[in-house]
Amino acid sequence: MSDIQVKKLNVIFGKRKKEALKLLEQGLDKAEILNKTGCTVGVYDVNLEVKQGEIFVVMGLSGSGKSTLLRCFNRLISPTSGSIIMNGTDILKANDQELRQIRRKNMTMVFQHFGLLPHRTVSSNVAFGLEIQGLDEQERIKIAYKTIETVGLKGYEEQMTGQLSGGMQQRVGLARALATDPDVLLMDEAFSALDPLIRTNMQDELIQLQSKVKKTILFITHDLDEALKLGDRIAIMKDGKIVQIGTPEEILTNPADDYVKAFVENVDRGDIVTARSIMFENPASIRIDHDGPKVALRKMRKVGVTSLPVVDNDNRFLGFVKDEEMAALEHKGDVKMSEYMHAKKEVMAVEPETPVAELLPLFLDNIYNMAVVDKDKRLLGVVVHSSVIGEMIRKDQQEVVKIKEEGGLVL
Amino acid sequence: MSIEPGKYVEKGVEWLSTNASGFFDAITAGIGGVVTGIETVFTILPFWLVILLLAALSYYLPARGQLFTKKGWKAGGGMAIFTVVGLFLLYAMGYWEQTMQTIALILASAIIALAIGIPLGIYSARNDRAEQIIRPILDFMQTMPAFVYLIPAIILFSVGDVPGVVATIVFALPPAVRLTNLGIRNVPKDVVEASRAFGSTKRQLLYKVQLPLAMTTILAGVNQVIMLSLSMVVIASMVGAGGLGQEVYKGILQADIALGFEAGLGIVILAIILDRITQNLGMGSKMNQEN
Repeated sequence: MSDIQVKKLNVIFGKRKKEALKLLEQGLDKAEILNKTGCTVGVYDVNLEVKQGEIFVVMGLSGSGKSTLLRCFNRLISPTSGSIIMNGTDILKANDQELRQIRRKNMTMVFQHFGLLPHRTVSSNVAFGLEIQGLDEQERIKIAYKTIETVGLKGYEEQMTGQLSGGMQQRVGLARALATDPDVLLMDEAFSALDPLIRTNMQDELIQLQSKVKKTILFITHDLDEALKLGDRIAIMKDGKIVQIGTPEEILTNPADDYVKAFVENVDRGDIVTARSIMFENPASIRIDHDGPKVALRKMRKVGVTSLPVVDNDNRFLGFVKDEEMAALEHKGDVKMSEYMHAKKEVMAVEPETPVAELLPLFLDNIYNMAVVDKDKRLLGVVVHSSVIGEMIRKDQQEVVKIKEEGGLVL
Repeated sequence: MSIEPGKYVEKGVEWLSTNASGFFDAITAGIGGVVTGIETVFTILPFWLVILLLAALSYYLPARGQLFTKKGWKAGGGMAIFTVVGLFLLYAMGYWEQTMQTIALILASAIIALAIGIPLGIYSARNDRAEQIIRPILDFMQTMPAFVYLIPAIILFSVGDVPGVVATIVFALPPAVRLTNLGIRNVPKDVVEASRAFGSTKRQLLYKVQLPLAMTTILAGVNQVIMLSLSMVVIASMVGAGGLGQEVYKGILQADIALGFEAGLGIVILAIILDRITQNLGMGSKMNQEN
């Protein structure tokens, strides 16, 4: 198994596809093409790479082409042009038999409305993919029972699927997709038909399951919160095009355009935005063996701050010092920086992956800024109070300035 | 100027009867064989055994799954009693042989109509173009007065049971095609998509998904085919088909009210029994789906 590469994928519906494709390449937009050829552009110029073992989420509103894009991967819908490369071969060039093999062995799918066979039992539904492969009954039922257990439906094996609740039916759908042990799972709005509480539940379990099975998962959703929760990376689609691809944090902190911006505006960012994205990188620092209090004070004055991080020669973070401490130290005279730092006890720092929501309480009783360090305690950056507050209230610096200009309370 | 489509059809039928007589002789022999075969089975068995078998069937189908319970008796008991009483009445009136002939004619027509209609229905469900072509032909077959089919049937198949069966097939075929087509097209799209996504061949899709899910509708088609076949027995008797229809026809020709009524009553009894039995074929599979 390797990564999947999608290159220049176009899907056009209608009779005059070739014409429409030509116009598309000339740069006409969807509406013009519909006008001129009567063809609808479903997916336009999609390029992306899905890495092995990641959950790649495609998010978009209805009509954005996300489900069409997903169906290109197992060719339930045939793309008009482009390529999808998996294991070194182009899925779009596979003949009928090769395609069936891909569907049987490499790629399975979970559907929004489950797509279960109502006239069959849970185990027989789960074994469906194996049955299609031609595995004998004993073998496939054995595998089915095992898979049913992993999705938490033990004891329901011989029930008819129609008797189960929506959440349970989707577990059957998931088990059916896992039973053939594919490399790739295609999940089409898999949790969208479920109640909110059950949906959250299923999301948690999918994350848990994924840590065990490590499949490559392509997940389609119209729900940004779901995308942010599940996705290692997210692609946002609009009108058949991909607007932005990035990690949840990249999407939140650096939306590519107004469309994405409008989307992410109302999201609870605290759990997703991390220290890394709001820290000041490569901050000015005081080298403990090298700089004395005088140098420290000068550096502070130069940068215009009242405290600075202290590091050793390997750039390992040792603690913060404030200007008044340095001034007192200088006044005293003969105390060395290293001795002074040694006397300070609590040294607080966070990892770059710490979410902002967890940073905030740390600032409550911390008079210094917050250092961000890597695993070897090397200083990566500094987070200041105002960035955290700004992030939590979802306003950037410019907006804050604007609010001030519009007249806050001035004393 | 005059347009005479009838003439062309006549010419066509004449051409067929002179140039393809071997073909039609073969069909005659085939259909005749099916009819006599079924008839022989029913007449060889003693009348009480046939009655018992049919009564058992009309009890079993609605009561299956709960055979020897009160509920089961409630579902199938009445019909079983009706079958015993009704068929015994036919025996006592002296129409046993004709009844068995009629059953043989109906079964032969229905089996052949289904053997043609269901595959045709499957084909038109898979192919939109085919559906577009087949649908108006079916409309034509159903709306053309059934008597009209008798004329070419006589020319091509001479007189007797066979032209009767052929006319019956033409008349009873459409619902088999229509309801099979409808049943398969109504299978939920996501179930079909799921089956394809797991790599099923067209054949696997048909046998494992589409036909089982369409079964209720297809069986409703089977019921329709049998009832339409039954409605043709009197008409078919005009070209020499035997059975109860023949007796009714005799009643008409001889203005024999008693004969006409008795034979007519026989057809009604047969109709009720066949309708309930075939209706419950479909009901059963619906019940299975709900469970």
